[in-house]
Amino acid sequence: MNFEGTSTYIAARDLQVAVNAAIAMQKPLLVKGEPGTGKTLLAHEVAKALGKRLFTWHIKSTTKAQQGLYEYDAVSRLRDSQLGDDKVSDIANYIVKGKLWEAFDADEQVVLLIDEIDKADIEFPNDLLLELDKMEFFCYELNKTIKAKQRPIVIITSNNEKELPDAFLRRCFFHYISFPDRDTLSKIVEVHYPSLEQKLMSEAMNVFYNLRNVRGLKKKPSTSELIDWIKLLMVGKINETELKAAHQQGQIPLIGAVIKNEQDLALLQKHNSVNLRR
Amino acid sequence: MFLDFFLLLKNRGLPVSLMEYLSLLEALDKGVIGRNIEEFYFLCRSTMVKHEKHLDQFDQLFGAYFKGIENISDEEIYNIPEEWLRKNGERLFSPEEMERIKAMGGLQELLERIKELFKEQNERHQGGNKWIGTGGTSPFGAYGYNPEGIRIGQDGSRHRRAVKVWDKRDFKDLKDNVELETRNMKMVLKRLRRITREGSEEELDLNRTIKKTSENAGFLDIHMLPKKRNSVKVLLLLDVGGSMDDHIDLCSRLFSAAKYEFKHLDSYYFHNCIYESLWKDNARRWEESISTFDVLHKYNSDYKVIFVGDAAMSPYEITMQHGSVEHYNKESGATWLNRFKEKFPNLVWINPIREDLWDYTHSIKMIKSFTGDMMFPLTIGGITDAIKALK
Repeated sequence: MNFEGTSTYIAARDLQVAVNAAIAMQKPLLVKGEPGTGKTLLAHEVAKALGKRLFTWHIKSTTKAQQGLYEYDAVSRLRDSQLGDDKVSDIANYIVKGKLWEAFDADEQVVLLIDEIDKADIEFPNDLLLELDKMEFFCYELNKTIKAKQRPIVIITSNNEKELPDAFLRRCFFHYISFPDRDTLSKIVEVHYPSLEQKLMSEAMNVFYNLRNVRGLKKKPSTSELIDWIKLLMVGKINETELKAAHQQGQIPLIGAVIKNEQDLALLQKHNSVNLRR
Repeated sequence: MFLDFFLLLKNRGLPVSLMEYLSLLEALDKGVIGRNIEEFYFLCRSTMVKHEKHLDQFDQLFGAYFKGIENISDEEIYNIPEEWLRKNGERLFSPEEMERIKAMGGLQELLERIKELFKEQNERHQGGNKWIGTGGTSPFGAYGYNPEGIRIGQDGSRHRRAVKVWDKRDFKDLKDNVELETRNMKMVLKRLRRITREGSEEELDLNRTIKKTSENAGFLDIHMLPKKRNSVKVLLLLDVGGSMDDHIDLCSRLFSAAKYEFKHLDSYYFHNCIYESLWKDNARRWEESISTFDVLHKYNSDYKVIFVGDAAMSPYEITMQHGSVEHYNKESGATWLNRFKEKFPNLVWINPIREDLWDYTHSIKMIKSFTGDMMFPLTIGGITDAIKALK
């Protein structure tokens, strides 16, 4: 079992090593990196490459660790009791399984993605220590231990909005996806748009890397923005000469796909007009 | 195996524990990686490093350690027994690789080439060979001798391996060297918090639920309200150097503790007065400064700006062009201070000098009037007043 990227996902060698090590060691893999470098996509591609089912647990600011295990829907039980429903006598009817439980329940090994763990409360990762370590937890209402039939491959992504606790980090493998270099990036684009003309691609990459080098941008455009932008260029039938001409005049066609807020746009205009005057 | 390397990481302050070391060994044991120093580096990085701010330090230590701390004399390297190479070579090379070796003129030719390469190599590569010298039985001893190793020498540019991955130090920018944490400081800073109920509703509003449920004839009618959160955004500008040396420890500790208190806090350094550039890391200020315009642009005007400095300088440093003690500034400090004032309506200056001495220094009076009397001493009371003013 070895992950080497897929036909639609280019994984750098260091990422492959990290994924394979985490799989072999049966430890969760924590993935960080700039937004848009394919953190979430990684789990999808690992599942696809290894032919495994994927369970996704999206974390929000309100998510509690318990929700990943199970929830006891006491409110509907109370309601049913008031309405005299027979279901009330069996508490199991009101235990709602979470993503972790579902993944543990699967007969074959699955991939479990815990997406954007940093969005949750600061104590959230600590509440999952034992669950991720032992891959089991105790359900008080049913008075039984739920244990993973097959240890799932766990991939956790973080956008660094909060620091994660040390005890949690100790249990994970860590990988930081750095922004791809030019070669890797052209490979990624090629995977997405195999029919793209070489000249247009190299011109687009020029524009894109120049853009990333503008200092002070709030959000640097990343891989996913580049891919969207190239798609638009193709749909708009813009060829490399037009792109080049526009770029030399300090304009970027369809810039909305790469620059996502008005302050950056203003900064860019200032930057370009300065460059033109030179 | 690699115990020294582990201890080196530990001693240099990288937060590694026995658990990481054991996982590394286990991963090696399970054969997760191929026999390739680069993959070994990737594996080490994944197991040992848990935060991107440590990546740069790890890269440096990895480079230093595997470069070979003790120097091995050239003779020792040239005199690796041919037999050893031949035996291990045959064991380690795959059939395809053996084919390639043959294409290059057989093993004999290859060995000659290796020896040539050794002589051409620079110090960095020689260091790498220490591996082979000391680790004859270790599988890692083989790196230098597999065809890949040879290829590195031949067309380094095509594979772009001339610089080792860890020597590139791609992660330099992610380092975070600020020392923090003093409980007293944090307690003081709690005063800076502004608690609001904003965002999603996640706490039970008990009173309202009881009231509404009774109104609802006993059927549950649950009401929630948002959690209390600290929503203040702070931009901190610290004076360093010169007369601030006496106070800087106190100031930086105070406000780096703020990092734990505020979700949105950013800090920059300046010297005496604000000019066209600021910097984030004082040790590297000359290499890595940021344009003050970028800072003005980056933060919205709802940020609270706190200057920390003694404001003790020559008045020329504020009012005159080219007045800075350190460089020729095109625009005067006052121009820059006014730009901050225009952009950020919530602005205070905290001064570590005792308040009763302020009147003796002309520049302090100037800065104080520029801030609209929003200058406060660095004491509990002073900070409390400053926070009140910021609200």
